[in-house]
Amino acid sequence: MSNTPVKLKLAGVKKSFGSNKVLQGVDLSIPTGRSLVVIGGSGTGKSVMIKCVLGLITPDAGSILVDGQETISMNTKERARVMRKFGMLFQGAALFDSLRIWENIAFGLIQGRGMHRAEAHEIALDKMKDVGLGRSVAELYPAELSGGMQKRVGLARAIAANPEIIFFDEPTTGLDPITADVINELIVERVKDLGATTLSITHDMASVRKIADDVAMIWQGKIIWHGPVKDLDNTGNEYVDQFINGRAEGPITMAA
Amino acid sequence: MTSTPHDTAIVNEVEKEAKVVLDYARDSCQAIGQTMMHLFKTVGCLSVFIFQAIIHVFLPPFFPRLIARQLIDIGYYSLPVVGMTALFTGMVLALQSYTGFTRFNAESAIAAVVALSVTRELAPVLAGLMVAGRVGASIAAEIGTMRVTEQIDALTTLSVHPFKYLIAPRVLAGTIMLPVLVLVGDIIGVFGGYLVSVYRLDFSPGSYLHQTWDILEAVDIMSGLYKAAAFGFIVAVMGCYHGYNSQRGAQGVGAATTFAVVSSSILILIFNYILTQVFFS
Repeated sequence: MSNTPVKLKLAGVKKSFGSNKVLQGVDLSIPTGRSLVVIGGSGTGKSVMIKCVLGLITPDAGSILVDGQETISMNTKERARVMRKFGMLFQGAALFDSLRIWENIAFGLIQGRGMHRAEAHEIALDKMKDVGLGRSVAELYPAELSGGMQKRVGLARAIAANPEIIFFDEPTTGLDPITADVINELIVERVKDLGATTLSITHDMASVRKIADDVAMIWQGKIIWHGPVKDLDNTGNEYVDQFINGRAEGPITMAA
Repeated sequence: MTSTPHDTAIVNEVEKEAKVVLDYARDSCQAIGQTMMHLFKTVGCLSVFIFQAIIHVFLPPFFPRLIARQLIDIGYYSLPVVGMTALFTGMVLALQSYTGFTRFNAESAIAAVVALSVTRELAPVLAGLMVAGRVGASIAAEIGTMRVTEQIDALTTLSVHPFKYLIAPRVLAGTIMLPVLVLVGDIIGVFGGYLVSVYRLDFSPGSYLHQTWDILEAVDIMSGLYKAAAFGFIVAVMGCYHGYNSQRGAQGVGAATTFAVVSSSILILIFNYILTQVFFS
């Protein structure tokens, strides 16, 4: 693992909103081809961290390297070029309401990369098949699909351009346990097919154990533990223990 | 000279009153300061937003399908509401002018009043306000919903700049289509005046049209169209700005829609005065 080149590295990333210090120096690195899952309570900065990497939020301090290249100081053009390496599955799928399902999946190919619609349509249908969606769904609109199907479409859109790095933001939130497991299976299979590096954030421990190679826990804006998923039950870290066992008692207390 | 307990009580009372006044003055200054800071911040953010919107209108890549869709949404679908507004405004104007002008035996000026009022002022301002209500609200609600459901973030992750995909087509379509709507509104408004004058007030059709044609100059029409372009830009930009910066779920989208309509309506009235001053002073 130590010889594998680092795909994504965060060093001392800080972000505050007014007096609220959300990220207080996040240090994290993901080797190429590994799947890292970041766990942590609500409001601990997981989503902000991902948005900093994607350039949706500008960090106050720190460094974010993609393939060894600093991204924080990049101009719009360079940023757009680096963004082509990324795919993202949003928590609520974030599908475009006004577009049909196949157009959602092919969106990045057509609008972002200038691919011909007919060619992108074929790729979209292939990706739909990969995530277990039939051709009949292609012409529907997102509002006509269930939550689980929307997540599949979101996954198909995230992998449509064969990205090198994929982010999953709470991929199983709001789904029943069986559908959640199906989504987890799909994530593992598709990521394996692509050989992609992934960063996921979730509360769902079943999901963590299924999709993670490595796990990191964020608490009060810092990574307090980072290690292989097999060590998750023996971290010796009382914060991690409390979180993964879902105990109300422990060092993590809910703010009043 | 020694002070009595009564004097001490008065002094304490005065000090207490003075403290209340000072606290009130400090709070008032703070409130004014915060309001001014908020105003400057908003103006700054809006200026940057407008600058970026204009840049993205002119720089490739372009999205012709989206521009065409917005031209139809903003222009074609606003025709009924703008047409009805212009028709009844022209009709009412003719009736009211007749009522007033008969007092001075100046009924013959009705055609001129209708033509000049509609082309210079009423068609652009009323069309602007109607489009602000119909289109500005719709733009703010659509983009605001996209913001709170992370669809705008999704655009960025798919290598599509939100300004190019969402803002530029709407701003371009608003600026192009409102003059077209106003041109149609001019014709319908004058026609409304004609209908009332000829069929209700027994004016001669030929004479009415002749007077209308005689009084109108190119500047009357063009000033209205320039105003319309400015109003279309204002409506689209304010809708996009408030939608793009929408916060806090459904409540935030509702607030963005309200702000978009109110701010664009007020700006239309302010810019109407400024542009009238520029064209006719």
